[in-house]
Amino acid sequence: MEVNEKIAVDHGLKPDEYKKICDLLKRVPNLTELGIFSAMWNEHCSYKSSRVHLKKLNTKGKKVIQGPGENAGVIDIGDDDAIVFKIESHNHPSFIEPYQGAATGVGGIMRDVFTMGARPIANLNSIHFGSTQHKKTKNLLRGVVKGIGGYGNCIGVPTIAGQTCFDQSYNGNILVNAMTLGLVNKNKIFYSKAAGINKPVIYVGSKTGRDGIHGASMASAIFDDKIEEKKPTVQVGDPFTEKLLLEACLELMSDKSIIAIQDMGAAGLTSSSIEMASKGNLGIELHLDKVPCREEKMTPYEIMLSESQERMLIVLENGKEDSAKKIFDKWNLDFAVIGKTTNSKNIELYFEKEKVANVPIKFLANEAPMYDRPWKKTKLPQKIKFSNNELKKLKFNDVIKKMISHPNICSKQWIWEQYDHTVMGDTIQKPGGDAGVVRVHGTNKAVASSVDSSASYCYAHPFTGGKQVVCEAWRNLVSVGAEPIAITNCLNFGNPEKKENMGEFVECIDGINEASKYLNFPVVSGNVSFYNETKDKGIKPTPTIGGVGLIKDYKNLMSMNFKSKGNLVLVIGKTEGSLDQSIFAKVILDEKKGPPPEINLFNEKNNGETALKLIKEKLALSVHDVSLGGIMIGALKMCIAGGKGIKFNKFKDLINIYQYFFSEDQGRYIIEVDKNNLKKVESILKKNSVHFDLLGETTDKEIIINDELTLTVDKVTEFYKGWLYKYMS
Amino acid sequence: MNSSVIIFPGSNCDRDMDVALKKFGFKNKMVWHDDDKLPKSDLIVLPGGFSYGDYLRCGSIAGKSKIIQSVIDFANSGGLVLGICNGFQILTETGLLKGVLQQNKNIEFICKNIFVKVNNSENKFFENIDKDVLELHIAHNEGNYFCTEDELKSLEDNNQIAVYYCGSDGKVDDKSNPNGAIKNIAGIFNEKKNILGMMPHPERMIDQSLSGEDGSIFFENLLKNLK
Repeated sequence: MEVNEKIAVDHGLKPDEYKKICDLLKRVPNLTELGIFSAMWNEHCSYKSSRVHLKKLNTKGKKVIQGPGENAGVIDIGDDDAIVFKIESHNHPSFIEPYQGAATGVGGIMRDVFTMGARPIANLNSIHFGSTQHKKTKNLLRGVVKGIGGYGNCIGVPTIAGQTCFDQSYNGNILVNAMTLGLVNKNKIFYSKAAGINKPVIYVGSKTGRDGIHGASMASAIFDDKIEEKKPTVQVGDPFTEKLLLEACLELMSDKSIIAIQDMGAAGLTSSSIEMASKGNLGIELHLDKVPCREEKMTPYEIMLSESQERMLIVLENGKEDSAKKIFDKWNLDFAVIGKTTNSKNIELYFEKEKVANVPIKFLANEAPMYDRPWKKTKLPQKIKFSNNELKKLKFNDVIKKMISHPNICSKQWIWEQYDHTVMGDTIQKPGGDAGVVRVHGTNKAVASSVDSSASYCYAHPFTGGKQVVCEAWRNLVSVGAEPIAITNCLNFGNPEKKENMGEFVECIDGINEASKYLNFPVVSGNVSFYNETKDKGIKPTPTIGGVGLIKDYKNLMSMNFKSKGNLVLVIGKTEGSLDQSIFAKVILDEKKGPPPEINLFNEKNNGETALKLIKEKLALSVHDVSLGGIMIGALKMCIAGGKGIKFNKFKDLINIYQYFFSEDQGRYIIEVDKNNLKKVESILKKNSVHFDLLGETTDKEIIINDELTLTVDKVTEFYKGWLYKYMS
Repeated sequence: MNSSVIIFPGSNCDRDMDVALKKFGFKNKMVWHDDDKLPKSDLIVLPGGFSYGDYLRCGSIAGKSKIIQSVIDFANSGGLVLGICNGFQILTETGLLKGVLQQNKNIEFICKNIFVKVNNSENKFFENIDKDVLELHIAHNEGNYFCTEDELKSLEDNNQIAVYYCGSDGKVDDKSNPNGAIKNIAGIFNEKKNILGMMPHPERMIDQSLSGEDGSIFFENLLKNLK
């Protein structure tokens, strides 16, 4: 087939991008070459709209071993141990085929982690669905949860935490972000940079089929009515093969045979081979008839663009082929020498002895387009004046019931009971806490991790929202007693060619960056997902932040459940009472406007560090950060987790009682302390200039507000735990 | 005491079991599915996971693997065999244990703590155990035990039902049945009671920092009974 502009446009390239290809090559590319260009130059692989802004991110820190640019980020956790972690989106495929889309998302991110030599030790996920009233939501939720579980459970890696959000902006475009943490010896990390000429290039793993061809291009386009026709571009996962691949790769990595290794993720063989050669400033020669194929008569074009799962490309040391093959034979996996590194600096492809493509690698990598797209700043919305009269009409019990059983607040037990969260025998904080925590096997250390997003805040004011998500991740780690170390981000946005969407992206990044710098909480890996838009309707800007922290002695793990009755409950951090953008305003008052709560980074850091101090000195019995639903929901969740009640002190603040209990002011924690320790706690808080209020006292079962028995913990638990089960039954 | 844990491709609780056995004093060896001989052992364990991807049917391919004949011979000569989760499924596939494990009644994977009532008479696994109700952990998609009426009758007549799902008070009822298993059966013995297959994972409950510690009671008691 003769290539022309129309065919290029059908491949997702813009006419001027096609012209640039012809100019660079000084000829018209053949179809295979065009396919390779389209795969490397699409948004998903080239980051062409985001690179300019991603460069600004704070990526450095004392504990950062590897920042963005590799398969995953790596941080130092002491004693030669390092944690490899990353989050990645699989949004588009999951909307089309929820089970396989979500499953392969989990498979892909785990491969990114074990490619670097790390054994995965924990999975997390952040999933966003449309309104609970939308006809597709239930099936999508069921399929995604089954997919995530089906893959992670089979591999035998615990899923320890997650986040679920429902909002109508995801009606036509759900988000599935999967995160994996792996453990590696910091002196035995593997990278994707090839080195040396005439080194064998090895293909291992599953055979190549026609599934997922142009998956990365699909992820770089908006959805339309014909979306169902895209089903064949969704890959099919085989967790069993991935488990074998994991064990085989880790076995091969125990000696020094591997020069470079790269998993075949988006754009399959194309991006993996080009990335390894490009990083090593080498050429690469591949013989495509040697690629193990599971379907007949596959063309070079199809082989290069297939996104079949569970495959790896390895550059080996010369002479190590036989010993490496033995390992893959043992695990019953394909192993094929398919080419070698060269000094040509080109990618040269052969098929049945014919040369079928020859392109300088720098054209595909360095010369990929980069756009500084026009963007629009979002103004800070005006504050809403809430009428005290309207608030007075409310009944506390009704408000509590409605809030605690709200889809975005209620228990997600229905979801996480379908994930194996205890396999590997080191999960010490299960899902349902502020962060998941796993021990570093065989040591006293533990790693905490959480995943967060706050799309409503980001939508109202992207800069503030960006800051807020980072702070929330920080707080979640602090709440379990972990020192926050670093983050990974998954940036889910609409169409970057629209000024508003691009503006949201730019300002969220600025916000993330500011908080990340201030808190010394660097970004070490991440992924960008644009074009989350269906029929012109974009999602709310949704940067998802995955945070990782360290607990030096796992016995100091902190949890949120109230421990016993008769203890004092304190709120650390000041409550200003701003209801704008709170769940209370949206759900109870139907008010969706207004600015998100302000972020004061000084207080954020100071309050968090002081909370950690209280935990370390064993003065806090339980800790929980205040987030969605404010103090009331935070305190009730602590009641539910501990099966205890609370008697709130009689309210005598200047602000309205609803403002006090339901505002989502930032930088706050609720802590439970022994009465005998109050003096010590107070003195630490005062010494560190941390504002605090005495909130109340824990009780046996009763929840008492204004001296009236309002509810019991059993009743509240029923509301909290029941909603999702009922919805899904 | 010497134990051996068989690793099938797709096993994923093999390490956890190894850790647990060693913690309580077993000298444990790992055995690869493609071997044909077992090391000298007082206990053989088939661990949890997804052997051979659980393709075709859970445990069915593992039930035909190379090592399995040695396991069958070992069991038939009276050797102690323990199958947890996928290991239980494999034991039913080999015919060493009766019945089958179907998909959970709610057609969902279930991962949570549960209580089981144990049968502590005339078997090496639970004899002399301190508690008759243990809090253990399940994580499975196919744990819904089923057998024919005749088989059930003979299981009951021979006292072969090893563990029942129950409430924290030991009451065996529908409410405490997580997966729809017939008669709340969570695990069974063979006739001679030298083979135990059960869905719950004691190896995940061996430390107070984990979901619970009742697994420790199981392993400590087992070791004591073997000495």
